[in-house]
Amino acid sequence: MEIRPIFASLRKHRIPTLLIVLQIALACAVLCNAVFMISKRVSDIRLPNAIDEQEISVVDIQGTDPLQAASETSRNLAALRGIGGVEAVSVVHTMPLSQHNWGWSFGLSMDSVLSDEHNTNVTLYFVNQDFEKVLGTRLLQGRYFNSSEYADSTIGGGALPHTHVVVITDTLARQLWPDQPALGKTLYSKPNYYTVVGVVADVLRPDVYTSNRDKSYDDVFLPLSPDEVLHAYILRSAPMDRDRVIREAVAKLQQLSPQAVVEGVTYTSMREKYFANMRSMVWILVLVCVVMLAVTAFGIVGLTSFWVGQRRRQIGIRRAIGATRGDILNYFRTENFLLSSAGVLLGMLLAFGINLYLMRHYELDRMPWYYLPGGALALWVIGQLAVIGPAMRAASVPPVVATQSN
Amino acid sequence: MLTYYLDLAFRSLKRSRMLTLLMVLAIALGIGACMTTLTVLHVLSGDPLPGRSGSLYYPQLDPRDMEGYAPGVEPADQLSWTDGMNLLRARRGTLQALMTGGMVPLQPAQTNIDPFHADARYTTADFFPMFGVPFQYGSGWGAAEDDSRARVVVISSELNNKLFGGQNSVGKTLRLQEADFRIIGVLGNWRPDPHFYDLYMGAYASYEEVYLPLSTSRDLHMQHDGSLDCWGDGGGDRDKLEQSTCVWLQFWVQLDNPAAVASYKSFLQHYAEDQHASGRFARPAVIRLRNVQQWLDFKQVVPSDTRLQAWLALGFLVVCLINTVGLMLAKFMRRAGELGVRRALGASRRALFGQLLLESGVVGFVGGVLGLLLAFLGLWLVRQQPSDYAKLAHMDSVMLLATFVIAIVATMLAGLLPAWRACHVAPALQLKAQ
Repeated sequence: MEIRPIFASLRKHRIPTLLIVLQIALACAVLCNAVFMISKRVSDIRLPNAIDEQEISVVDIQGTDPLQAASETSRNLAALRGIGGVEAVSVVHTMPLSQHNWGWSFGLSMDSVLSDEHNTNVTLYFVNQDFEKVLGTRLLQGRYFNSSEYADSTIGGGALPHTHVVVITDTLARQLWPDQPALGKTLYSKPNYYTVVGVVADVLRPDVYTSNRDKSYDDVFLPLSPDEVLHAYILRSAPMDRDRVIREAVAKLQQLSPQAVVEGVTYTSMREKYFANMRSMVWILVLVCVVMLAVTAFGIVGLTSFWVGQRRRQIGIRRAIGATRGDILNYFRTENFLLSSAGVLLGMLLAFGINLYLMRHYELDRMPWYYLPGGALALWVIGQLAVIGPAMRAASVPPVVATQSN
Repeated sequence: MLTYYLDLAFRSLKRSRMLTLLMVLAIALGIGACMTTLTVLHVLSGDPLPGRSGSLYYPQLDPRDMEGYAPGVEPADQLSWTDGMNLLRARRGTLQALMTGGMVPLQPAQTNIDPFHADARYTTADFFPMFGVPFQYGSGWGAAEDDSRARVVVISSELNNKLFGGQNSVGKTLRLQEADFRIIGVLGNWRPDPHFYDLYMGAYASYEEVYLPLSTSRDLHMQHDGSLDCWGDGGGDRDKLEQSTCVWLQFWVQLDNPAAVASYKSFLQHYAEDQHASGRFARPAVIRLRNVQQWLDFKQVVPSDTRLQAWLALGFLVVCLINTVGLMLAKFMRRAGELGVRRALGASRRALFGQLLLESGVVGFVGGVLGLLLAFLGLWLVRQQPSDYAKLAHMDSVMLLATFVIAIVATMLAGLLPAWRACHVAPALQLKAQ
């Protein structure tokens, strides 16, 4: 296909040419960035969490007498264990993705204090006996806590429990001791110190860090005997029993502590709630992309139709002197290909620029390179699809038009 | 003349329906998306207390130790108990209030309502007059109640509706954390957005249901909620927050004129220097005194997702507009013959230009109306979202007007180039071609 005549004709229609190129460029730039944002959020929503999410229910109780916590806790646990279908029961302080974080920071040297800058910031999960059976955490090394470690650990209104054993996550272990086994190592926060007795597969924190994924897994599990800070009762049951189990558990706890505030949810709904905003942002972005591509396609259809209308006579003449339908079709498709190419070239530059701006102002990551050719390909395809209709109409112009005066 | 042009515009738009429809749709989609996100942005960055917020100031001090200190570092976001009480007692502003948030178990007397957590604000007497809080029944408390740690409570109208069916409940008893409180006031409709005075409970979160004296809340060891930032050997016991090295309180002061602001600033600076000299503040004295808007800007309250969406929608509108320029150009050029005839018959370029611009204005208006409907649909969709601020997404008269102005101006701008091109056709050539 000879492209020089196409260039000549485009030069005669500078403004429409420029407009199409600009529109394709902008659409390409917005598309690349929007799809990048979508994929980032989708992967955040799917962050792995090494607990058996489908089987867990959480019943939170608050407003009870702190002094009675110890005796009430064992009574409540016993009552919950009695509910049909409940496979295991425990009580914890907070749950992954619950947005209630108890943060602390530890160092690796004996004189580390809380405010040291080089410390690692972590989430403290205070847990009671059998927590691993309910959550289904996966032990990678070492062991969980034994009953005397639970019994000896109290917190007494302070911030850290009086114990010396912890279980940490795999990611945290690698972060703190990159090339060594974590078992037996010690975390310090003067005057407290804790020895790692076990490593579990990665469990999410109450809040995730979307800008630094590894930080989302920095957890430390600490044993704790019944205390007022342990107020989230967790129950394990088959997924289909969860709703009934929650109903019965709430009723039972409410009956035992009429003055308390009792609320129950499935863990899956807790997770859903956490990511709800992100999910709706994904849908908004998808909608914008689809509509924008549609508008771009319609724009191409509109302008090409106009050109076809303007050139009916020329097309007729070309047909009369021997051009086949295919030639005419190819002419418009090549023309569109050239316009799209110019557009996506400009668009890729623009996309890169927008990404740089967003990186600076919105803590976005750098866009991987393959988004650029991806966006370009999408617009090429859309351009070719959009041009088919008008090009077919052009190809069906009969040669006889050449002999008519306009 | 105008009606004649309008008539011409409608005739021409009717002639090429498909093209007109495409233009109107492009404008409508662009405007719809843009106005939806801009309305959300407008609502979220609105003034929480119009007319009042300009004279409300938020003093900041830096009582932290030298750990992590660097010159130019911002002072702490909140105040410690000692500094809060000192500023409150100094009474250097017209009105001032010290406050923090919390959650209180509420045990209703009605047996048909289960106990629940009420969002609480622990504050001091000036809170109500300073923020201009409207009362449906009763009133707030005074300094005497603050001093005597009185068991009095002001409740929101929602809570009043829930517990007392909207009746005047002043004088009745409310049980909070196993203690009896006397209701002394019921708020009217009050909801400043964002929740500027305490951003740590969620900037657009649900509002407090009970308000009670800060002194009483400490007396009863009520649970503190929100941000608690400690240093040194602080933290620890929640019942001894008064003595701890932690910041957890917000302090607001009303300063009515620039002179008052300047004198408060120097008071604050002197206070910080005194504390530094006495050894209580380890860091060199740094203070800040921001008003409501400055404070909201500093804390970047508007969610970055919302701003990102607005940018995206703006980009989308530009794509739509470029699209419209192209289509408009196609449409006007198609009528080169007609325009040539009119030129030959004596119409001036200006007249043609005006007429074509009017035509694009009509497209803009129709697109704007449709875009407005789409924006309403978009806002409805936003309101179905679970985020804190979703419920606030309503269009107000400002945005309504802005929609039309933006739609028409944008389309006229889009029509400018095509119209200019079209009215420069050479009449002779066009007539010849006919």
